[in-house]
Amino acid sequence: MLEIKNLHVSIQGKEILKGLNLKIGFGEVHAIMGPNGTGKSTLANVITGRDLYDITEGEIIYKGKNLLAMPIEDRAREGIFLSFQYPVEIPGVSITNFMRASLDEIRQYKGLPPMAAGEFLKYFNEKKNLVEMTANLAKRSVNEGFSGGEKKKNEIFQMAMLNPDLAILDETDSGLDIDALRIVAQGVNKLKRADNSTIVITHYQRLLDYIVPDFVHVLYDGIIMKTGGKELALELEEKGYDWIKDQGKA
Amino acid sequence: MDKGEDQLLKDVTQNEYKYGFTSNIDTDFIAKGLNEDVVRLISAKKKEPEFLLEYRLKAFRKWKTMEFKEWAHLKIPKIDYQEIIYFAAPKNTKNLESLDEVDPELLATFDKLGISLQEQKILSGVAVDAVIDSVSVKTTFSETLSKFGIIFCSFSEAVQNHPDLIRKYLGSVVPIADNYFAALNSAVFSDGSFCYIPKGVRCPVELSTYFRINAANTGQFERTLIIADEGAYVSYLEGCTAPQRDENQLHAAIVEIVAHKDAEVKYSTVQNWYPGNKDGKGGIYNFVTKRGLCEGNNSKISWTQVETGSAITWKYPSCILKGDNSVGEFYSVAVTNNHQQADTGSKMIHLGKNTKSTIISKGISGGKSHNSYRGLVRINKNAINARNFSQCDSLLLGDRCGAHTYPYIETNNSTAIVEHEATTSKISDDQLFYCKQRGIAAEKAIGLIINGYAKEVLNKLPMEFAVEAQKLLAISLEGSVG
Amino acid sequence: MKKIETKLYDDFLELFRINPKAFSHGNSNFVKQQRELSRQNFEANGFPSNKNENWRKTDLSKALNNNYIIDYQEIERGKETKSLFECEIIDFDTKLFTILNGWWASNTDLTSNSQGVIISSMRKAQLDFPEIFDKYYGKVAKEENGLISLNCAFYTDGYFIYIPDNVEFTQTIQIVNLIESQSKLFSNTRNLVVMGRNSKLKLVHCDDSLSRVDSVVNSVTEIIVGDGANLDFYKLQNKDEHSTVLTSNFIEQGANSQTNSNTITLNGGLIRNHIDVKLAGKGGNANVFGLYLVDKTQFVDNHIFVDHAMPNCTSRQLFKGIADDNAKAVFSGHILVRQDAQKTEAYQNNNNIQLTDTAGIFTHPFLEIFADDVKCSHGATVGQLDNDALFYMMQRGICERTAKMLLMFSFTQQVIEHIQLSKLRERIVHLVTRRLKGELASCENCALSCENPNSVMTFEIDMEKV
Repeated sequence: MLEIKNLHVSIQGKEILKGLNLKIGFGEVHAIMGPNGTGKSTLANVITGRDLYDITEGEIIYKGKNLLAMPIEDRAREGIFLSFQYPVEIPGVSITNFMRASLDEIRQYKGLPPMAAGEFLKYFNEKKNLVEMTANLAKRSVNEGFSGGEKKKNEIFQMAMLNPDLAILDETDSGLDIDALRIVAQGVNKLKRADNSTIVITHYQRLLDYIVPDFVHVLYDGIIMKTGGKELALELEEKGYDWIKDQGKA
Repeated sequence: MDKGEDQLLKDVTQNEYKYGFTSNIDTDFIAKGLNEDVVRLISAKKKEPEFLLEYRLKAFRKWKTMEFKEWAHLKIPKIDYQEIIYFAAPKNTKNLESLDEVDPELLATFDKLGISLQEQKILSGVAVDAVIDSVSVKTTFSETLSKFGIIFCSFSEAVQNHPDLIRKYLGSVVPIADNYFAALNSAVFSDGSFCYIPKGVRCPVELSTYFRINAANTGQFERTLIIADEGAYVSYLEGCTAPQRDENQLHAAIVEIVAHKDAEVKYSTVQNWYPGNKDGKGGIYNFVTKRGLCEGNNSKISWTQVETGSAITWKYPSCILKGDNSVGEFYSVAVTNNHQQADTGSKMIHLGKNTKSTIISKGISGGKSHNSYRGLVRINKNAINARNFSQCDSLLLGDRCGAHTYPYIETNNSTAIVEHEATTSKISDDQLFYCKQRGIAAEKAIGLIINGYAKEVLNKLPMEFAVEAQKLLAISLEGSVG
Repeated sequence: MKKIETKLYDDFLELFRINPKAFSHGNSNFVKQQRELSRQNFEANGFPSNKNENWRKTDLSKALNNNYIIDYQEIERGKETKSLFECEIIDFDTKLFTILNGWWASNTDLTSNSQGVIISSMRKAQLDFPEIFDKYYGKVAKEENGLISLNCAFYTDGYFIYIPDNVEFTQTIQIVNLIESQSKLFSNTRNLVVMGRNSKLKLVHCDDSLSRVDSVVNSVTEIIVGDGANLDFYKLQNKDEHSTVLTSNFIEQGANSQTNSNTITLNGGLIRNHIDVKLAGKGGNANVFGLYLVDKTQFVDNHIFVDHAMPNCTSRQLFKGIADDNAKAVFSGHILVRQDAQKTEAYQNNNNIQLTDTAGIFTHPFLEIFADDVKCSHGATVGQLDNDALFYMMQRGICERTAKMLLMFSFTQQVIEHIQLSKLRERIVHLVTRRLKGELASCENCALSCENPNSVMTFEIDMEKV
């Protein structure tokens, strides 16, 4: 589904990703772990098209297409969804209107007619229940005044609404208490299909108890330093990132 | 606050201005009044080259056609410019070979002010130019600095020794007709400091000018010019005091700064001119034009001021951000008490790309004083990605004072981001109670809270100055709460 | 005061010399005297030039140097204006009165209401109800510039509203000030609203043009809000680029009174709204809100002065605006807290979005404070749309144009949400949305003649209707 080849990315002259390679197949769950400041969020932003970065080398192929050439919204319409680490507040825009606009545009891109209002509402409520969102959600502005947990739930709710092919969860576990974490993780698991893929970015093993990865990658110093199965996460939890650093040096 | 506490504060605080003494220095005056002959006389006394006399005359002729614009929130009594003496200088100050030749009374004066002119006693790392009334009496460390190619001397010396630099830069940032007081200064300026930091040199010590008005009925019109060539850095300090007199005295100075490519200039002021007595009698009228030009790319000019003195303060240290990526900063604490009036702030003119400016202003007013922030942030059409953040806070200590904020924001570019915030507050009873519950006496607590309030700005001052400034803040406000 | 050199100044004075009664015929003696004083003031002060501090960014000279007709011929009452004004708000139950070219045009007045409410023309009211009229007329307007003096001396007509003590006028009063003229017109309208103790009033004032000729509307409105009274005041300005609208509004509030004023400017050539609120009694509360959306060469200046003259009062100012193309927006907000006006709370905010390099934003948020036990703050920002929010939306597949519009709409929401009349709010949401899409400005005949008022934006779903 996604193949990243020799990706070099810098911001304001400082190189953050230094030749990263990553291959993600259909239906796979990949966890990307690593200490703070190693480029995990940069990777998520580059895949989704945030224009803060200079991509100096490398390519990203998504469903056989050159992803780097696509505008942000087309990437989204092609099924890439980012659950933001820090979802932005958009006062005055209700979640309903926001999702309606989003869904309509994605459907239009795919050549589908816009959803009728009734149908949309039914769909909206159905997905709302998935993440146990409260009833007044529809009237609230996007993320405005939301608690940390509510913001993350709202991200997963939107993921459910848009049903992406490649979901990137950027530190979705940060700032969540154990109940919220469970709800969010269950939501993600329910959205799993045989042909959609997930990238879970985290630096704790905790989330991976709930969302079980097929592969675990350690991102360190701008490259994937180590790849393994889900047991790698446990090993990291036990030995810490210094272990990887030492391995890197060896 | 209860009444007993009120009284306590008042008792503690009838603190006299501690720099209010007069020195008995043998002084050379010219006759009072102002006309072309006076301008010529000043120029002649200073043996100035022809171009400078022309400059002065042009300014004088311009000044005669101008009138003082009363847009500031100030009540300014009419100033009789013919009653002022435009030149006063301690006698026998020229061609001093060593410190021994300096009038001992003069040395004593500066010692009393805590400014030692004897280099061995001087605070390490500070070079001082001492200006009394109209002239510079002694510049320390000049020789040491000259090894780095740094020129630090009185303005008059610079006129004699570096006329080309003066000719090139004088009036290049503050034009003759910039405003009423700038024109006056340009006509009659007496002395001041001159500083040139050559390419790539980081000035190893803090440069400092100490201004002192001593003689009665004189005006002080000094002129400071600082040039930082490419990649240079200098931190510059300015301090000022004056004797306690019943008449008002006029101080109209100009400071011009030019920062070339990659250069940085930090200019710090602790202004403590005599503020007048508690009934508003006497005190200095402080009308100052300070402006810096960030001429080159990546240059930076930073103004920090602690304003506690003067009966009237009218000054707006500004930055013209011409070079791309240039940075302008203004950090100010202005304290007014009794009948003082201050109208101060900054102008940030963004011309270059990616230019950035910050304004932090803290006004503290007590007694029957008035304290205004007035500022302009202008983003010109070509100033792509310009950024400004301004914060102007006022603290009122009493119900007979005023605190005012007059910002002007003008943007002409769609990529500009300008933010202005202002708040007004007083020291709350809760804060005082909290301090007292922890065993801190009320007057100490007020000092503490005020210093905390001004901290953001005080932190920008060089160490030696910051300590002085903190003490000064507490002293200036004593007696203000109630 | 520095004057603008303009023929118009001479025209007005000349007209007076030739025909001193042109405007004052049929007026009460009291009004005649007032007019004469104001005429002298106008003669002395003239039209304010941008050399004056309060006008430094607002240059009237271009708008004034035009061949306007100074029309003083009274028009016939009862002209059917309801049909002219096609775009009334759907299901908006109002008592509608029309001012046409500076004259009271409605067929009816309200003078025999059982509660004692009076809604009439200024001309009629000064003769019929002098005991109320003379007590309040001219008492709160300050002739601080020549425009106000001009109005006071040469106004034609306007509306008079009186709500007696303890009366709640439940229906919304809507005044539509229309310009319909074949020739260039300068009109001066003068209004007076008197609210008794504990009374309530909802007032909507719409400025509109029916013909696309150059016009100037120079209005002065005095509003006296009695102790404990409650006023909800809306100004909706949806003119065209030929229009100059100069409004001076003076509101004086008694103790424990409450006013909300909302000034919504969607279209116009040159618009200056001067709003002066005096909190003259303890415990008063004033909200002064505004929204302006300007493009092309439009110019809007909101000049707000809130005077905290008494203790324990609260005021909030919030003005938000978007400037596109070559448009210029000025905001001057001034809070004055007088000595002894302790326990004042006064807040002021002005936020702007500048969309092009040729647009200009000038904001002057002033605080002037003479009391210490107060909570005052102000903030002003100029910026663009939030890039993070834009990215967030585009990551959800929304195209840039829609995302930007959604963000602009959301920017305006903070002001719109303060509109308490739900039908009006819906209408303004609709107009703002259309405005942001660039549709309103292109309407040919009437700025408000919407081809299909029921059409909604694709992203707009009213959940209650589903």
